[in-house]
Amino acid sequence: MDIVDVLLIGLRVVATFALLLVVTILNVWAERKVVADMQNRIGPDRAGPWGILQTVADGLKLFFKESVTPSKVERGVYLAAPFLAVVPAFLIFSVVPWGAPVEVFGRTMPLQVADLNVGLLFILAMSSMAVYAVVLAGWSSGSKYPLLGGVRATAQAISYEAAMGLAMVAVVMYSATTGDGTGTLSLAELVERQAGTFLGFIPRWNIIPQFVAFAIFLVAIVAETNRAPFDLVEAEQELVGGFHTEYSGMRFAMFFLAEYINVFSMSAIAATLFLGGWNGPTWSGILPAWISAILPVFWLLVKTYAIVFVFFWIRATLPRLRYDQLMQLGWKRLIPGALAWLMVSALFIGFRRFGLPWG
Amino acid sequence: MTLADYLPLALMGILAAGFVAVSLVASRLFSPNRPTPEKLAPYECGIIPETEATQRFPVKFYLVAMLFVIFDVEIVFLFAWATRWLELGWYGIAAAGLFTLFVLETLVYVWKRGALDWNVKTSGPLPA
Repeated sequence: MDIVDVLLIGLRVVATFALLLVVTILNVWAERKVVADMQNRIGPDRAGPWGILQTVADGLKLFFKESVTPSKVERGVYLAAPFLAVVPAFLIFSVVPWGAPVEVFGRTMPLQVADLNVGLLFILAMSSMAVYAVVLAGWSSGSKYPLLGGVRATAQAISYEAAMGLAMVAVVMYSATTGDGTGTLSLAELVERQAGTFLGFIPRWNIIPQFVAFAIFLVAIVAETNRAPFDLVEAEQELVGGFHTEYSGMRFAMFFLAEYINVFSMSAIAATLFLGGWNGPTWSGILPAWISAILPVFWLLVKTYAIVFVFFWIRATLPRLRYDQLMQLGWKRLIPGALAWLMVSALFIGFRRFGLPWG
Repeated sequence: MTLADYLPLALMGILAAGFVAVSLVASRLFSPNRPTPEKLAPYECGIIPETEATQRFPVKFYLVAMLFVIFDVEIVFLFAWATRWLELGWYGIAAAGLFTLFVLETLVYVWKRGALDWNVKTSGPLPA
């Protein structure tokens, strides 16, 4: 590893970091606009053209607001919780490849912060770390509403993480049918194995053979990111603000930032696992080379935003679940469903690959 | 795959933590700080708190955490199987299927014992 490699790593890290911040600013605005439109309202329209600078204005306001530290808090944990929320949020997106590898200075650079061979396990680990932020923020606030929100959050996040992990196992298992015959946990590798087509015209995306896993994964990521209709963690009618009731000013803004980064990166992961990642027509040779190099990034953004839009859509459509309904859906439907689907698709591929077990 | 491959992740973590630290400190410098006893009290919608916040909460949450450990361990084993399962053939499918059945049996047991019910009456009159 020489100085150019280190510089390229630095460039990728800073570019991804900036991308996530810009995307958050746009997503908060986009969500308010989309939900407003679905509810026949106008939404933010004052700051900048179409109100696009509304998030910047809100951020500046929070920046100049007082950060109250209530007297009953456990100081160390209380101050550490915003860090625990934001750092895993940035790290989750770091293993997602957001474009085809490009040639720079005579070497091939993957458009991804780090291509881990255990990428999927890293995602599971980081989304577990994100739970700590909510739990510790709720517990350390020394107040009743945050404590209840934090405890609810733990039970909810770990219940749906099991379903999310099982949906991922189905994808890993299916990925063994292409490539060298072993399943892969690397996201870059998973994207490459979704290149090509079924029957010559249907894209070889995992959503087609693994549609049940996709449905389970989609429900699980909405619950993992604590978004409506699974936002019992911060149910304002029962729990005021939930785990961040006692946070104000810039500390609250950090939890807000983490939530929106998580929505974006979970959507990007769903697009990578099930919708072919950055695969898409690049028309290289017909279009200028630089357009062909940018197109994969564009395709990933299109797929990611399709899922982000579903997040907004669900929020505008569905009312919040009751707590027992939430646990019932997680434990009695999604987990047995995911296990059954895993075995069904193993049997199906097994029959096609190895023939009858007794034959 | 060496430890050097994790360097970008370490950089990203440092950058993210630095961003949080700088914004919090900078906000502290530019924002007012005028604490009053009322402002520093735990928030309970304006009512003066009567009891401490750290109270007992239902043991059910603990049970859910225990169940999660069972299923998470199962997922870890299944990940290992899913990377090499084509080489193992029917033997691997049978082994993984049997293992899944045992774990499903656990789920059915706790389900029937009512560990997954949250004591909410879904029909009939509300409890007094």
